[in-house]
Amino acid sequence: MLDKLALLGFGPEGWGWALLQGAGITISIALATLPFGLALGLVVALGKRSDKVLLRGLATAYTTVFRGVPELLTLYIIYFGIQIVLQELWRALGLPGSFSIPPFGAGMVALGVVLAAFSSEVWVGALNSIQKGQREAAAALGLSKGQAFRLVVLPQLIRVALPGLGNNWMVLLKETSLVSVITLPDIMFITTRANVVTKEPFLFFGAAMLIYLFFSLISARTIDRLERRANRGFAAFGGATR
Amino acid sequence: MNWCEYPGWFLGSEVLQNYGCRMASGLWITVELVFFSVLLGFILAFGIAVARLYGPRWAAVLVNGYTTFFRGTPLLCQLFLVYYGLGQFRLFWQDVGLWWFFRDPFYCALLTFTVNTAAYQAEILRGAIQSIPRGQFEGALSLGLHRWATLRLVIMPQAMILALRPLGNELIVMIKSSAVASLVTLFDLMGATRLAFARSFDLSIYLYAALIYLVLVEIIRRVWDRVEIRLSRHMALR
Repeated sequence: MLDKLALLGFGPEGWGWALLQGAGITISIALATLPFGLALGLVVALGKRSDKVLLRGLATAYTTVFRGVPELLTLYIIYFGIQIVLQELWRALGLPGSFSIPPFGAGMVALGVVLAAFSSEVWVGALNSIQKGQREAAAALGLSKGQAFRLVVLPQLIRVALPGLGNNWMVLLKETSLVSVITLPDIMFITTRANVVTKEPFLFFGAAMLIYLFFSLISARTIDRLERRANRGFAAFGGATR
Repeated sequence: MNWCEYPGWFLGSEVLQNYGCRMASGLWITVELVFFSVLLGFILAFGIAVARLYGPRWAAVLVNGYTTFFRGTPLLCQLFLVYYGLGQFRLFWQDVGLWWFFRDPFYCALLTFTVNTAAYQAEILRGAIQSIPRGQFEGALSLGLHRWATLRLVIMPQAMILALRPLGNELIVMIKSSAVASLVTLFDLMGATRLAFARSFDLSIYLYAALIYLVLVEIIRRVWDRVEIRLSRHMALR
């Protein structure tokens, strides 16, 4: 068994570097998706709270759809869907050859729209927790609606939303494993290929598990730190809010 | 014409008509897989949560390790580890007479999903039990109830109402996550859809599959809402 561990090392037979690269891809697609997904989620949340019926309906439909459809299916639809649309466009423009989108982009969009659906629920909850008086006071001070949101509401929002958003991040991190099916060379993709070459599935998928576990534990600690930092002005209520 | 060809015929979709029957049997596999894994997972989770809360110290440490491990890694990776990884030890399984189990993608998926959802459900149950006020335990004890009787008659009925909503969410998450079973050659709804797409190159089949999943999830969500309202009708807040 011990001699097989060399397969995980950095020697000529080892998959160490490939695994590290895979881990890098996993973490970078998660990090690249995060701002996009959270921002879109906030927009959807604002849509849900809008006083326009159409906007509300659209936002609700959006979350219902993307929270109800399996992530894997969303990924396929977006990956193949964008591909087909772009190819039609390519042909319509009369350009030579064909066009294919990079899997990283497709993965980012798919994971992002799902993240947006889930994070919008967190944003709505957080928005509801901010009292009306805050906006009214901002208006009384002569701040515009946009300014009131950016300067008064948003800073308070982050603190309340952080635990939920942290949860969303943990889910996202694990969901990135799905992008391996659209040939993005993340941890799962690398270990699957290593399995095909070396016929040592237990070793490699076990290693993949440990890498994911490592990322999860680091994330949990970081989120904990961020929450503590966000709550530093609320020491007296620390026990109750957590 | 089989009944499962009608939706495709009715909607005028050739691909749905051709693969309707495969998708119907795929849907059945998805439902079976999720139903049994969530049910078995719940039983397992109950034991785990009780061991974590009332068991000896080493049991709590063990349970924490278990939940951290299964909640901190992707389901896809766990599934591959079980199906390909454990399948690697074929000679051993043949010796102990379990090869029929680890050879079959359905059983592997069932095993993986069960231990995975058990980890999540155990955390839900633990949280629910912990949020029952201490006085409830003390009251039951002062009435002379045994610890097990306290748990069964006083704590669990209250804790289950709190746990109902997150457990419903977990069921929905499992329906969606079960799609990864298609990646270990299982022809569940997702697997049947992938096959249909690979043969027809008609993207609309994915949209039909999405619609089926969506309807399934919505039905469960609504039924669950009803159940929750019914079960908590004695509570003042509703």
